[in-house]
Amino acid sequence: MSQQIAWQVSLILMSLVVLAFAFVAINSGARQEDYTPLQKRAYRIRSRLFWGMVVVFGSAMLYTLKDLPYGAERDHSGAGAAQIVEAKGFQWRWELSRDHVEAGQPVEFRITSEDANHGFGIYDGTMHLVAQTQAMPGYTNVIRHTFDKPGTYKILCLEYCGIAHHNMITEITVGSL
Amino acid sequence: MASHTYTPMPDQGAKASVLAYLVTVAVVLLLMMVFGLLMRMEQARVITMGASWFYELMTLHGAGMVGIAGLAGAAIMWHFLRQYVALSQGIFWANLFLFLIGVVMILAGVLLGHFHGAWTFLYPLPGKSMGMWSQGAAALFMGGLLVIGVGFVLLHLDIARALIVRYGSFARSLGWPQLFGHDDGNAPPPTVVASTMVTIVNIAGLVAGASILIMMLVNLYVPSFNIDPLLAKGMIYFFGHVFINATIYMAVIAVYEILPRYTQRPWKSNKVFLASWTASTLMVLFIFPHHLLMDFAFPEWFLIMGHVIGYMNAFPILVVTGYGALMIVYRSGIRWDMASMLLFLSLLGWAAGVMPAFIDGTIAVNYVMHNTLWVPGHFHTYLLLGTVGMLFGFMYYLGKPDEHTQDALLDRLAFWLFMVASLGFTLTFLFSGKESVPRRYAEHLPEWVPYDRIGALFALLVIAAVLVFIIRFLTRLGRAGRDYPRAPLAYAGTA
Repeated sequence: MSQQIAWQVSLILMSLVVLAFAFVAINSGARQEDYTPLQKRAYRIRSRLFWGMVVVFGSAMLYTLKDLPYGAERDHSGAGAAQIVEAKGFQWRWELSRDHVEAGQPVEFRITSEDANHGFGIYDGTMHLVAQTQAMPGYTNVIRHTFDKPGTYKILCLEYCGIAHHNMITEITVGSL
Repeated sequence: MASHTYTPMPDQGAKASVLAYLVTVAVVLLLMMVFGLLMRMEQARVITMGASWFYELMTLHGAGMVGIAGLAGAAIMWHFLRQYVALSQGIFWANLFLFLIGVVMILAGVLLGHFHGAWTFLYPLPGKSMGMWSQGAAALFMGGLLVIGVGFVLLHLDIARALIVRYGSFARSLGWPQLFGHDDGNAPPPTVVASTMVTIVNIAGLVAGASILIMMLVNLYVPSFNIDPLLAKGMIYFFGHVFINATIYMAVIAVYEILPRYTQRPWKSNKVFLASWTASTLMVLFIFPHHLLMDFAFPEWFLIMGHVIGYMNAFPILVVTGYGALMIVYRSGIRWDMASMLLFLSLLGWAAGVMPAFIDGTIAVNYVMHNTLWVPGHFHTYLLLGTVGMLFGFMYYLGKPDEHTQDALLDRLAFWLFMVASLGFTLTFLFSGKESVPRRYAEHLPEWVPYDRIGALFALLVIAAVLVFIIRFLTRLGRAGRDYPRAPLAYAGTA
């Protein structure tokens, strides 16, 4: 969902940039010798653009801060006590304390690494990312995620860790309630 | 108040040292693009080279591209800045010499020692190869980066010296008296302001980078010298982000200097311009946490700072530099040639690339897009279309036989091919990122392969266009050093 929004918003904003440059390129041929009035008008438009961006970008920036993945202890989504999964990354495999959890009930992944940096990426059945954090030696990163749908989810490594990085994949089964 | 009138500047040819930089950049750029193509072809299952070769090429591609982007930016900045301040030729040559030594060390570490720990050398990976490379190979690679970094520190120290000798302080060469006081129209020119900003951020970034490289080199041979992986990561990304960002802030000087010659309109350092460059100086230094949003061990305020500054950073690029280019070109009567078209396109690339970049810097988005192909998607947009566009615009400008010369059909076709293929190439990365395809994977799942094939095709077309640009520049090298007007006068217009 977030990916789809990011893609569409990017395409729209990039298209606006392309349109602005195309408009100016098309209107570049006939010279207006006196630059001063053009410049004054352009400054007025720029002020509006600036404040428009402050409103739009500023709102988006603040709105997206309301849902942060940090502070798992503050997350109260899902029903019941959290199911704890200890995850350790090794070159080049994952070690999970359990590989079966229940849907609808929060899962708390406590993730670390025994050697290099790894990335703990959870992929759903359609191979789309639903959550991730880094697995770092000496630190434990915690994510809390409630699976909506049962099925087989894959864990992929998302931080380059050497020659078999792309094979560092395991599975976790999410059962029905 | 800054004047609205345009005062022509003498058009100086490039020194031999600048041309040596540009030839080095052209050769390495082409080679690194071919490496990039091979990587996409491997992912597309068009060729089979194996994971070891893939990651070795990936390591070279990253280090090589970052290095030559720095070299290209330095060449552009030095060429124009020396027209305002007295720079040392010897130091400029020394930087190139150290760069080439560093390149040889990196090539030896990767091709002979099989080091493939990525250009980001993320601690502790270089020392944990699982038998795939030796300590010596890792030391050669990191030592090579260190030697290159030392060269750039020397260059920036010389630029800092020259700016302070001419203007008295960084505050003055950033135009603070005009920004915070009365704008008497005597603010330093954009080239000086930009060079000051880059010098400040790059010295800080390079010192951090050199420090962590030395710490990691010690750790390689004395493992009991422990490094905190989180600290190492922070230092590496601070250095990496600042250095690669600085390349475009150096290269944009070509736009500031050359586009006004085509439009006969000034690009002045007014209050808004000065404010945006001062803001960019601070933001480039403090935005790097947006690379670390998935490192939950960092303090939350630090990560939120990356998110917030990511949004703010878009303003100077879009509202000042991008918009500034639109202003001076609109109804200017500009005569389009390869140089002006590439420079105009480069700002489009920078402005467009900002969009997916700040979106990726949104924490909630980063949670499901970090380290997917979305990341190379956005940085290739502003590095390939932006920095590389500025570089080739500069090269075409230097090599232009005279102000009336018309470009050959082949060059114009290459321009359109470069634009379309670069957009296709980067959009393929972005789409793959939307589909959650991880970055830095030697092998892709079957469902990802169609995107890789499209990406490989666009990469091939980009290389074809770039080959035309490079051959044209090399055949015109003899002219690039001479002093003569290159920009055609704009069409006469209405009063």
